[in-house]
Amino acid sequence: MNQHISSLDISARTLDIVSEMKSLEGPLLPILHAIQAEFGHVPQEILPLIARELNLSRAEVHGVVTFYHDYRNHPAGRHVLKLCRAEACQSMGGDHLAERVKTLLGIDFHQTTLDGAVTLEPVYCLGLCSAAPSAMLDGAVHGRLDADAVDALVAEVRA
Amino acid sequence: MPLVSEIDFGTPAARSEKLVTLTIDGREITVPEGTSIMRASMEAGIEIPKLCATDMIDAFGSCRLCLIEIDGRNGTPASCTTPVAPGISVHTQTSRLKDIRKGVMELYISDHPLDCLTCAANGDCELQDMAGAVGLRDVRYGYEGENHVRARNNGEINAKWMPKDESNPYFTFDPAKCIVCSRCVRACEEVQGTFALTIEGRGFGSVVSAGMHEDFLSSECVSCGACVQACPTATLTEKSVIEIGQPEHSVVTTCAYCGVGCSFKAEMRGEELIRMVPWKDGQANRGHSCVKGRFAYGYSTHKERILNPMIREKVTDPWREVSWEEALAHTAGEFRRLQYQYGRDSVGGITSSRCTNEETYLVQKLVRAGFGNNNVDTCARVCHSPTGYGLGATFGTSAGTQNFDSIEHSDVVVVIGANPTDGHPVFASRLKKRLREGARLIVIDPRRIDLVSSPHVKAAHHLPLKPGTNVALLTALAHVIVTEGLYNESFIRERCDWSEFEDWAAFVSEPHHSPEAIEALCGVPAEEIRGAARLYATGGNGAIYYGLGVTEHSQGSTAVIAIANLSMVTGNIGRPGVGVNPLRGQNNVQGSCDMGSFPHELPGYRHISDDATRDIFEKLWGVTISNEPGLRINNMLDAAVDGGFKGLYIQGEDILQSDPDTRHVAAGLAAMECVVVQDLFLNETANYAHVFLPGSTFLEKDGTFTNAERRINRVRRVMTPRNGYADWEVTQNLARAMGLDWNYTHPSQIMDEIAATTPSFAMVSYDYLERMGSVQWPCNEKAPLGSPIMHIDGFVRGRGKFIRTEYVATDEKIGPRFPLLLTTGRILSQYNVGAQTRRTDNVVWHEEDRLEIHPNDAELRGVRDGDWVRLSSRAGDTTLRALVTDRVAPGVVYTTFHHPTTQANVITTDFSDWATNCPEYKVTAVQISPSNGPSQWQIDYDEQARQSRRIAGKMEAAE
Repeated sequence: MNQHISSLDISARTLDIVSEMKSLEGPLLPILHAIQAEFGHVPQEILPLIARELNLSRAEVHGVVTFYHDYRNHPAGRHVLKLCRAEACQSMGGDHLAERVKTLLGIDFHQTTLDGAVTLEPVYCLGLCSAAPSAMLDGAVHGRLDADAVDALVAEVRA
Repeated sequence: MPLVSEIDFGTPAARSEKLVTLTIDGREITVPEGTSIMRASMEAGIEIPKLCATDMIDAFGSCRLCLIEIDGRNGTPASCTTPVAPGISVHTQTSRLKDIRKGVMELYISDHPLDCLTCAANGDCELQDMAGAVGLRDVRYGYEGENHVRARNNGEINAKWMPKDESNPYFTFDPAKCIVCSRCVRACEEVQGTFALTIEGRGFGSVVSAGMHEDFLSSECVSCGACVQACPTATLTEKSVIEIGQPEHSVVTTCAYCGVGCSFKAEMRGEELIRMVPWKDGQANRGHSCVKGRFAYGYSTHKERILNPMIREKVTDPWREVSWEEALAHTAGEFRRLQYQYGRDSVGGITSSRCTNEETYLVQKLVRAGFGNNNVDTCARVCHSPTGYGLGATFGTSAGTQNFDSIEHSDVVVVIGANPTDGHPVFASRLKKRLREGARLIVIDPRRIDLVSSPHVKAAHHLPLKPGTNVALLTALAHVIVTEGLYNESFIRERCDWSEFEDWAAFVSEPHHSPEAIEALCGVPAEEIRGAARLYATGGNGAIYYGLGVTEHSQGSTAVIAIANLSMVTGNIGRPGVGVNPLRGQNNVQGSCDMGSFPHELPGYRHISDDATRDIFEKLWGVTISNEPGLRINNMLDAAVDGGFKGLYIQGEDILQSDPDTRHVAAGLAAMECVVVQDLFLNETANYAHVFLPGSTFLEKDGTFTNAERRINRVRRVMTPRNGYADWEVTQNLARAMGLDWNYTHPSQIMDEIAATTPSFAMVSYDYLERMGSVQWPCNEKAPLGSPIMHIDGFVRGRGKFIRTEYVATDEKIGPRFPLLLTTGRILSQYNVGAQTRRTDNVVWHEEDRLEIHPNDAELRGVRDGDWVRLSSRAGDTTLRALVTDRVAPGVVYTTFHHPTTQANVITTDFSDWATNCPEYKVTAVQISPSNGPSQWQIDYDEQARQSRRIAGKMEAAE
């Protein structure tokens, strides 16, 4: 979802989301999730707006956003591929597969391919240790990966 | 004289009355329930190593250095987060703990620079102390791995390293030295309540971030210094310490800015002030500070400070530097000549709310005993004189009823016409802390001040009334309380006069005082008024704090009476958490009023016509005192214009800039033959002076200040007066030159005289203050420990008096020519007329006064943000730049008055309070129009000021 949205629209839509969720207990995380779902990332310029609406300081909102890896401050590629880098997956050859994926895509972790097709990210445990090594593509998990399986995943995102 | 060292107990004190006994390292100790083991241990004299704990903020438990072992319990809990329990036995030093601590320190130091010898915190670094305490000898991990310390790692750029942030003028932030203990973040949240800092990222990537990864200056930081105070390393360090080095001795003294009266340790190197550090035992500030008190003291050594006495024949002449003897002899001769030529009443004096009690006392003594008249007034005339009148009439004494600690017990706080986060920041921090604990807030102010909505603070009701309608609104609040039966009948029957109450209740119950009736008048929805009244009357302990937005009106005294009525009718007086509290603008405005600075009052608020009181002073001073009140400031100026008033001795007040209707003040001063100004700088008033006597700063003299809670705090001399004399010595020398036999050798003798003559100060002496730290008057046989809270068992005047408060609209009305209402206020970084703060680095926050205007009004006049606008009233006009904002309501404009070039008081009119002549600063009908530069008045004034500041034999200072 790499569409261009004017900053006015972003503010207006953010205010909608905030006023909708403001009454929740602990509303900041749900609001940030909703914003990321809406825009594909959490635009930096709306953090002061959220802070003002929730009676928080900009620093506090910034602290929360930067604590969680899943909140992005810029849009991701059309697909997001997360490779598990935790202990079980590493012991089952995860490192080797990661190198293979990096080579196939020509990017490192936290990077997006030049055509904007895919963003590659490390993740620390998907809870699939019994099916290691594992990965997550656009929210769907994949287990017992081997070279062929990751080739197929890469082919899928490149299509 | 060593450094005043304060014990850091690690966690705040527990409030419980239940006591718990436990054993720590074999020593038995009894502490209140809820105390942390760390604090209990420190109280027993056993210091547990710690890094992330300090007693200004709550325990956090992150550094893992303060671990302990408890017999019969598993593991090694953190002593800061573990509360005491009866009978437990705690061990703070075991071989297991030693190993853990050494390991933790090793990890800390592996990501910390090893430049202790050249580090600014050398000698004042808790990290260094702890490395020593745990016996760290080696770091096995080396320093080559990932780190935040070096800009480059093996030739490659280190993305984790961040450069030093030097944007704040007073302190630096060096992330390379940070151990991420979060003390700064928590101090900003818990102590200051600004929430400007956060920890960004997570894990090893965690760093302290101001705002959203901004530099400190552009973040939300208000530069209060709480983070610098909390930092255990050199990460946050005063620039003065970096430049000069560590202090070697310190002296406890009192801040000379606002009426909060914070206690500070002046940390010195010889006679050089290194830094001001808030003192935890200071009972007004409890270890907190603001940007002014903590950092803005540079004016005392500013190059523009005048250090030699000067005289001149005419105000158009350049100044001529002379000796003290010549200046004082000349002044004495002039005053005697004027009195001989024009009569005894042709001269007078003005005392300063910036000077000490002792100095103020001497100035009024000089006027009464030396000049032989009662022509003495003080700057309280233009700020809180209605407080004196209103609270005196209703309660019987003209001072705030509470101490600042009282706020910790309030449930509903009403802030009227005050902007504490800017004007009284340390009190605001204490208020915000209470609000975060759940107290509710009602703000009555035309402007959306920060307290209305800021991080973790939201007012339950904001009543944005039209300037000038205070009395109508306050009476409407009373209407709701009375007609809805929310009043406290038993309190009123017991403590007030019931028939007066009935009369007053009938008055406020009249339908034309209902919120619905006055909605149109003050512009506040009736429902909001009703809601606020109900909350104040029924929400628990209700406390009212008010400022100059109440007093500086044509009905200022009536508004104060209305506030007193509200507190009495709800029974909110005489215990902790309630009361009526004027927030005093200046450090010693309370004291200057106490000391008999008004033309109708002798020290202790005793009327000049009272024979018994006059008798005390007449016997002591050996003179006859007139039983007729003298002239007020504005009467003196009027009389000067009429030709009957010729000489004025002004100590530490800039009446030309601070008093209303500048042109009239200028005309009055110009008509006098001898104007004597005693000040630090050639202030605006000095443009019209014939004698200039250099003043001394609060750092250069001994004395006392009395703050807004009636607390008498000691001011202690930390350096030799650069001008040669403390201000009290100058006044004494002038008195001697006039032939008076004054022989004070120390201000303590002046205080002894005050105590001997003034019942409310009867037991106060320097010895007493030395023992007690500070005391709140009345302090006499009835209250030997002072009076934190007043009117506990009954009002000072006997029964509380309800007085009708009929609203009378001011004569200053908007109309077709002047359709907007101008109101004025302050900003955090600047102080009053700015003579001091403008001469410090505080100007980075506020370079100029701006005119706040609502977008609608701005658009109507074609004014954009930042444009120059002409601001005109029927009194005059001036120009300044616009700031378009919806903080002000449509129809209202707002400005500060910190810069002389703004000339805000050229605009204000000569209307004043009916009872006390306190000027109506807060309401002026004005018009705004686009402009392209300064007004003719500003140009002429600038030229006149430049001419009048010339000193013979000195080049004009190059800008």
